[in-house]
Amino acid sequence: MTVKTMAEYMAEGTEPEVLFWVGCAGSFDQRAQRITKAFVQILNKVGIQFAILGQEEGCTGDPARRSGNEFLFQMMAYNNIQVLNGYGIKKIVTACPHCFNTLKNEYPALGGEYEVIHHATFLQQLINDGRIVMKEGGTFKGKKITYHDSCYLGRANNIYEAPRAVLEAMDVELVEMKRCRTNGLCCGAGGAQMFKEEEQGTTRVNFERTKEAVATGASIIAANCPFCTTMLMDGVKNQEKEDSVQVLDIAEMIAQSI
Amino acid sequence: MSIRRNINLGKEEVFGGDAGLRWKNVLLLAFGQKKMFKRMTPAILHFFVYAGFIIINAEMLEIVLDGILGTHRLFSPFLGVVYPVLLGMFEILALTVLVSCVIFLIRRNVLKLKRLTTGELSGGWPKTDANLILVTEIVLMSLLLIMNACDYNLQQLHAEHYAQTGPFLISQYIAPLFSGLSESSLLAVERGAWWIHIIGILAFLNYLPYSKHLHIVLAFPNAYYVSLEPVGEMNNMKDIQNEVLYAMEPDKAPTEVPADAAMPKFGAKDVMDLSWKSLLDAYACTECGRCTASCPANITGKKLSPRKIMMDTRDRLEEVGKNIDANKEFVDDNKSLLHDYITTEELRACTSCNACVEACPVSINPLNIILELRRNLYMEESNVPQEWMQMSNNIENNMAPWKMSPSDRDAWAHS
Ligand code: SF4
Ligand code: SF4
Repeated sequence: MTVKTMAEYMAEGTEPEVLFWVGCAGSFDQRAQRITKAFVQILNKVGIQFAILGQEEGCTGDPARRSGNEFLFQMMAYNNIQVLNGYGIKKIVTACPHCFNTLKNEYPALGGEYEVIHHATFLQQLINDGRIVMKEGGTFKGKKITYHDSCYLGRANNIYEAPRAVLEAMDVELVEMKRCRTNGLCCGAGGAQMFKEEEQGTTRVNFERTKEAVATGASIIAANCPFCTTMLMDGVKNQEKEDSVQVLDIAEMIAQSI
Repeated sequence: MSIRRNINLGKEEVFGGDAGLRWKNVLLLAFGQKKMFKRMTPAILHFFVYAGFIIINAEMLEIVLDGILGTHRLFSPFLGVVYPVLLGMFEILALTVLVSCVIFLIRRNVLKLKRLTTGELSGGWPKTDANLILVTEIVLMSLLLIMNACDYNLQQLHAEHYAQTGPFLISQYIAPLFSGLSESSLLAVERGAWWIHIIGILAFLNYLPYSKHLHIVLAFPNAYYVSLEPVGEMNNMKDIQNEVLYAMEPDKAPTEVPADAAMPKFGAKDVMDLSWKSLLDAYACTECGRCTASCPANITGKKLSPRKIMMDTRDRLEEVGKNIDANKEFVDDNKSLLHDYITTEELRACTSCNACVEACPVSINPLNIILELRRNLYMEESNVPQEWMQMSNNIENNMAPWKMSPSDRDAWAHS
């Protein structure tokens, strides 16, 4: 695995094609690290010159802002924009829809304007351009798979087809849940819920969602967000279906297919 | 009108962007009721009532003009043979409206659909309001048909003024019910129906401001002013942005702060702190509950209901409006939207998933209100759950929401 930081490119006097924004989950969460590594593996294989910010990257401020702490959001945004603009970054790809939403929609008003792409769209482009070629036979060919729309990629940014196109490129049998696309049900993590106990209710949001996903009879629940992945895995455990149902990010699936 | 004044109590928010796109939204979302068609049965029934309402109002024009000019069926001589056909169409519409309203009543009161009968709709004014309007519609449509039926009977008696238009498509079937009546009784019924119809419509117009049925007017401006930005974007708080900027780069800070500069208030505690669009939203809400039916928090039994957020906002705004009417200006009543209407528990259950925004057929955004109230809770009241406090500390110190060393941020790359 080859990973270079922006500082290293700078020292060499070269520029990467794209900056990979790893995000907090992708950096620290053990499950999400596997997604990060899978995505890097794809980038390496395709031969894309990419950089990470490494220790210069900080939380985008999404959970702070949504919990109500605008001060902290503004501070994080200020620091990140300083770093990004300092390197003259033009294009960013990220595997986290929350980072994607903040970088793409909320940083421009604060002086951070970049072309920001979520990895679902990025992977779809690589497939369309013929740069990602699936291996013979196909790891997931004909497998029954359901896809969970994350709120921040779907409703928040209207991206529904790119991740499905990625799945279709792997020849899977896509079975949709009743609540999909614009009607997709949240995994329960957004709005900083990931970082606190749920309010009193009759069940948990991730249990409700996973029940629906498992009921499709799919053996894999495909996701595009590290938080959804965690939530859905918890849900699968709750249903005692760990042996028959896997939760995978689309990048992990591609990494296993090339 | 006091509704206009009340909406203007909200904070200014400028809605720029492509006017063409905005008109397109009005056409698709308001005229075309695009989002209604996510649920087919109510969409079709509602469309009948909506189309009926608009087209039958054309008939109303004649009815009113007849009243003013003392004529009868003013348009009939001009339209000739087309006239009965036109009236026949009106009658079909009247019947579909009538039937649709009956089905709506059944859905609410017999089938008791969850979305229409639970939570904030389980009783009180919202329930009465909904039923009242359906019954009124049924009565108005029946009157129209009765009026035409008597008219036809009068024609057969060759009563004075009653132009020979022939039988009408639907009302001819109820005409026999009245055929035994004398000319004067028929006249009384026909005139009576006419008067009640007119009075009913006028009463309906006066009733609108107190009802969820205001949406028949406000759905249009609401669709025009719907945000054109991706819904994932939260409103920027310029004051705080600048404060951070001046702290980091003191040379950019204005050297002179105007003495009368008021301390900015963070987020919203009461209706006056919300954007005027949120207040327009509140008046436009039809209380249909599509938002709540799609809300993950509500589905899993949390207290949060986006419909209640909108109804609370409207109720509080009305209360503030009455306060202003009575005192000439707003006099503190020791109440606020936050806490007295909407509780912290409701606010904290929201995942910011935008399902409510997507579901709303009249372009309402309950999430904006929730997030503004949360900002107030956090920044004005420091009313924050312990875990969020910890999360903020971690972000501040470790640049990540977890207790992790920032120097390990790229550790994954070396393992
Ligand atoms: S954004 Fe909040 S209120 Fe709206 S549907 Fe999602 S959880 Fe419910
Ligand atoms: S906010 Fe919209 S979806 Fe919710 S009850 Fe009101 S009109 Fe219906």
